[in-house]
Amino acid sequence: MSEQLSLTKVPGPRDDDGGPEPSAPLLEVAGLVKYFPITSGLVLRRHVGDVRAVDGVDFTIGQGESLGLVGESGCGKSTTGRLITRLLEPTRGTITYDGRDISHASRKELAPIRSEIQMIFQDPFASLNPRQTVGDIISNPMVVNGVNPPGGREKRVRELLEIVGLNPEHYNRFPHEFSGGQRQRIGVARALGLKPRLIVADEPVSALDVSIQAQVVNLLQNLQREMGIAFLFVAHDLAIVRHFSQRVAVMYLGRIVEIGDRASIYGRPRHPYTHALLSAVPEAVVDDEGEGRERIRLAGDVPSPIDPPSGCRFRTRCWKAAERCASETPPLVRLEGNREGHLTACHFPEEPTVAARGEDVVLDPALAAIEEATDTTH
Amino acid sequence: MSTLSQPATKPAADASRGFLSVRDLYVHFATEDGTVKAVDGLSFDLARGSTLGIVGESGSGKSVTNLAVLGLHNPRNTTIRGEILLDGQELTGASERRLSQLRGKKMAMIFQDSLAALSPYYTVGRQIAEPYMKHMGASRKEARERAVQMLGKVGIPQPKLRVDDYPHQFSGGMRQRAMIAMALVCDPELIIADEPTTALDVTVQAQILDLLKDLQHETGSAIIIITHDLGVVAKTADDVMVMYAGRCVERGTVREIMRTPRHPYSWGLLGSIPRLDSPVDLPLVPIPGTPPSLLAPPPGCPFHPRCAFPDQVAGGACRTERPVIPEDEPHGAACHLTPQQKSTIFAEQIRPRLR
Amino acid sequence: MLRFLVRRLLGAAVILLLISAITYFLFFFLPSDPALLSCGKNCDPQNVALIRKNLGLDHPIWVQYWHFMVGIFAGRDMPVGHCPAPCFGYSFADQQLVWNTISDRYPTTLSLGVGGAAIFLTVGVGLGLISAWQQGKLFDRVASAASLLGQSVQIYFIGPIAILLLSTKLDLLDRGHDPHWTSDPAGSVSGLLLPCLILSVIFWSNYSRQTRSLMVEQMSEDHIRAARAKGMTSRYVFLRYALRGAMATVITIFGVDLSAVLGGAIITEVTFGLHGLGSLSVQAVLRSDLPLEMAVMLIGATIIVLCNIVVDMAYAFIDPRIRLS
Repeated sequence: MSEQLSLTKVPGPRDDDGGPEPSAPLLEVAGLVKYFPITSGLVLRRHVGDVRAVDGVDFTIGQGESLGLVGESGCGKSTTGRLITRLLEPTRGTITYDGRDISHASRKELAPIRSEIQMIFQDPFASLNPRQTVGDIISNPMVVNGVNPPGGREKRVRELLEIVGLNPEHYNRFPHEFSGGQRQRIGVARALGLKPRLIVADEPVSALDVSIQAQVVNLLQNLQREMGIAFLFVAHDLAIVRHFSQRVAVMYLGRIVEIGDRASIYGRPRHPYTHALLSAVPEAVVDDEGEGRERIRLAGDVPSPIDPPSGCRFRTRCWKAAERCASETPPLVRLEGNREGHLTACHFPEEPTVAARGEDVVLDPALAAIEEATDTTH
Repeated sequence: MSTLSQPATKPAADASRGFLSVRDLYVHFATEDGTVKAVDGLSFDLARGSTLGIVGESGSGKSVTNLAVLGLHNPRNTTIRGEILLDGQELTGASERRLSQLRGKKMAMIFQDSLAALSPYYTVGRQIAEPYMKHMGASRKEARERAVQMLGKVGIPQPKLRVDDYPHQFSGGMRQRAMIAMALVCDPELIIADEPTTALDVTVQAQILDLLKDLQHETGSAIIIITHDLGVVAKTADDVMVMYAGRCVERGTVREIMRTPRHPYSWGLLGSIPRLDSPVDLPLVPIPGTPPSLLAPPPGCPFHPRCAFPDQVAGGACRTERPVIPEDEPHGAACHLTPQQKSTIFAEQIRPRLR
Repeated sequence: MLRFLVRRLLGAAVILLLISAITYFLFFFLPSDPALLSCGKNCDPQNVALIRKNLGLDHPIWVQYWHFMVGIFAGRDMPVGHCPAPCFGYSFADQQLVWNTISDRYPTTLSLGVGGAAIFLTVGVGLGLISAWQQGKLFDRVASAASLLGQSVQIYFIGPIAILLLSTKLDLLDRGHDPHWTSDPAGSVSGLLLPCLILSVIFWSNYSRQTRSLMVEQMSEDHIRAARAKGMTSRYVFLRYALRGAMATVITIFGVDLSAVLGGAIITEVTFGLHGLGSLSVQAVLRSDLPLEMAVMLIGATIIVLCNIVVDMAYAFIDPRIRLS
């Protein structure tokens, strides 16, 4: 593990953003595990199993860097975000923030760090108290943490409103007077109030209309660039993650299956699941435009995280799975031909390309049957 | 369904018009705050065997339009005007009895949230078999066999066992497949899919979209796919209609809309979404502002408050005069900019940002 | 389903055991000396000591409780005489076997409760369904107004009025009496008709309102729209899809209401001068007849707990998500 960790510390050297080159990572996560116990019985609660939401995750985030976390529902990406902000207590593993181990830090020990790690939630409607004015909502974290900015809190709140693109005059308005995108801006302003160094953004735009999404993404991107804030950007939309994050980790059933700089993950993926995921993204491009992309159609849904497959968890849906995949968990390592920092957990990795294959990979039985019968090629 | 101003003589279905033909459709809801003009003068055609993608954001009227086609609006607070011809039959004035004979048989709908759209109280098999018994006069046993067959066809493993399961025993992807089976059980000629994959994971979404397309190849039915996701449209539709504030702002083939869009709103939508291969150092180009209220839509072009180009139109027509799509243009946009202006702006300002 | 039933029955047994223990300690431990109570007016200390010994009150309290519980299931020998199997002891007041008194009285209460519930469920749910179907129309508005009225009345208020109007003046219904059904079968039905009706009045308005709003809510659900989209008629959808969903909730409400129904039955008995468990327990309380109070309490609790299991089973039957989880 330690060897892999050392590899992940440095993001891709030729990162196409020219993002800040971090010296020591701001956040280091090692062997992170979160099990949610399942109990049964009326009076005597028996422990009958666990939802293995996060099951051994390692990654680092450098100063001012954005790490994207992608994967499908139940892969543990949101839980990972909540563990890092310590909204949840990890079952095992360590979270090191700025050199300090915060994995099991008490509320008191966390207090100085709480202001530096902030969270932005998916649902801008649910995460704002409807009875508080925008001014109260944004200044609340400052009050709680005893922060007294020069010129007073109200002045700071007005500045923050301006930064996130809202009218400072709206200081005394209530959340219901704002649209979805504006509410998400309020959430961002609240997170910024304490001058955070790391923001965990959990699906920050997926509840918003398409035309509004871009507004919020641009806002967050400006914050990252101008204020040097690091992000853990949790989202299911692969294109938005690529747009926002210098490095990307792909999760499947509680584990990272592939992590690396964005050019590697999106252009030279090695893990079959990354291939399948990328190939499934419907692009707003007509098919005959440019060079074709590979077509992979998996069968069925993601298995239950209560009883995940042994060995490689993706093997039950993988076209390359062999006996070894069931018996031996593939380690997350740098493969031959991978760039530095690009790690893959696979025994039988794919070619590093997303270009169309000679033959589509169609595992879905219904699709395979119909396509064979009608002999249509897509 | 309450209908106003139906012309006394119905025009015979003429050959130039599609299998489904909607003309000047208005759907207005009476609410406590006033009249919501959810659909405000909409016309479109759909040919057999082809797929129309309706794209728009929440409140654009895309779902309302299709519920009007099926006649599923509550007549108590809904006023529907205009003409909906399905295979030559007028639907706006049709009786509830007539509509219920067409629904499920000739036209069917696939809903977004399969957990909510399937009754938790009845088995999946029964819910699939029900319309088959009603429309095809099949016996209980025949209908059950048909349900098993349909489940197998949409890719449910062990359909003979799963037919007796309840919806909550299915995973999300499986439930959506079951819903497709339910919609297709009577081989409808028109399938309306309302955000059929929005609630699903991306790998499952790809399976379901391909399945819909493959099934269409087999049966030759017409499909309307309603979505907010331009990617879904690009992968499934033949023709596209972009809706904004209850109106169609642009229509054309999928190629035309994706490659040479002509309406500033379409430009905005395309500029708002990153692609898997677009340059990452270019910021996205969002559409400023928010979608309009349908209680009091802006005068003139409903998009003008968010549009960058009203000043280029002579006489400020954007603020006063509602633009229409020229009837004779297959690829047309409801915009006051001249064709020359549109192509110049697109070539010089928009296209460079899209690639 | 069987596992579910067994689990619920075991749970019920535990609950009843707890109730019996708590009531036993409350009744026989906290208040005045039962021996003194049972001794009557002319009582000397010697007598009291004798009675105390006879009643077994000289044993520690948990031994007394143990004897009491064993008596219920196996019967016991008491100083007054043998007390056969469901043994709740002898009444302090009239030295009769408590069980005999109760088995004489419970049919009235049971008929009232069952009859009343049947009426208010039929009328309430029925009215609610018609209101929901006719939503916003005249019937709906009249029914809504009527149920508001129904919710604001009390049994002891409308009971006498109904007797005066319906039986004394108009002579339409029996004024309420409860002969034993073996001696006068017709009378035992007609005699309880008016009390059942009156008992139902305070409940049906609530059920009609609940049913109406549940049905209206159900009709706006996605699966209703989906069922209509596949060509099912509005009526079919209303009766098959919406009703099933609404009934699941109505049954839950009914489960919560059970004890209120029993309470209502007791008030009704007193109002109509019927001889059921209600008047019996009032009598028992007035005479400080502890064994009788205890028995009425325990039997009432048992009925409610068992009915709740039936309600749960019905709920599980309606909703497969409960049944199969």
